[in-house]
Amino acid sequence: MTAHATPLVRIQREDFDTEAEISRLTRGRADIGAVVTFTGLCRDEAGQLAALELEHYPGMAEAEISRIAAEAIERWPLQGLSAIHRFGRIAPGENIVLVVAASAHRQAAFEAANFMMDYLKSRAPFWKKEHRTDGSEGGWVEAKETDDAAAARWRR
Amino acid sequence: MTEHPTKLVYFAWVRERIGRPEEELALPAEVETVRDLLLWLKGRGEEYENALQYPEVIRVAINHEHVDHREKIAGAREIALFPPMTGG
Repeated sequence: MTAHATPLVRIQREDFDTEAEISRLTRGRADIGAVVTFTGLCRDEAGQLAALELEHYPGMAEAEISRIAAEAIERWPLQGLSAIHRFGRIAPGENIVLVVAASAHRQAAFEAANFMMDYLKSRAPFWKKEHRTDGSEGGWVEAKETDDAAAARWRR
Repeated sequence: MTEHPTKLVYFAWVRERIGRPEEELALPAEVETVRDLLLWLKGRGEEYENALQYPEVIRVAINHEHVDHREKIAGAREIALFPPMTGG
C-alpha cells in the first residue's frame, strides 16, 4: 500500500476502549507487523487529587491533533494512526489520552507514537485543572519546559 | 475602527481572570499584530491586566491555528488567548 493512511482523531468526554481501537486498525489486514499504543492516565502522586478537569478548545483541538497526525503520517510509513483525547472531569486512574500507531516494522510505530505525544502535550489546546480531595481547587497545572524541549527534538 | 467586530475566545486561567469565555470587540485600526492586541486588551481594565500581566507567556491562535506574537490579525474571524497547554 503506497497511499497514506487516514488518521482517526476523536475528542470526547467518554472513555475509550484500547483493544477496540487496536482492532479498528488491524482487523482484516495482514500487512501490519507492529502496533504501538500509548495511554496517558490521570495520576495522583500525593493522595490529594480528587479529579482533573480537562478544558479544551472545541474545533481547534480536533484541527491541531489532525495536523500533528498528518505530519506523523507524512514522516513515517504507517498503516494506521489513531489519537483520542478526553475532556471533562477525569478521576485518578482513568484514561486521558490514547495514541495507536500501526506499521509494517516496529521502529516507525514507536517513533510516530512518541512524536504524537510530544506534540500533543505542547500544541494540543487542552488545560488541566486540579480538584483536591478536600473539596478545594488545586489550580491549573503548569506547563513544563521539558515538554517543549521534548517536542523540539523532532524539528527537522 | 474595523468594520466588523472580532470574536475573542479565552481558555483556562485567561478565561477565569478576564471573567468571560468569549466576547466580540471592535478593534482599533492601530491594533495590527497579536502583540498589539495583547497590549491593547491589557489596558482595558483590571481583569484584563490580571490575565495579561505577562503578555509574553500568553499563547494565541487565529482561526484555530497557533500563531506567534508578530502575526498580523487582519481578517481574523476568531482569536483565542490561552496559557501554555497541559494536555496529553
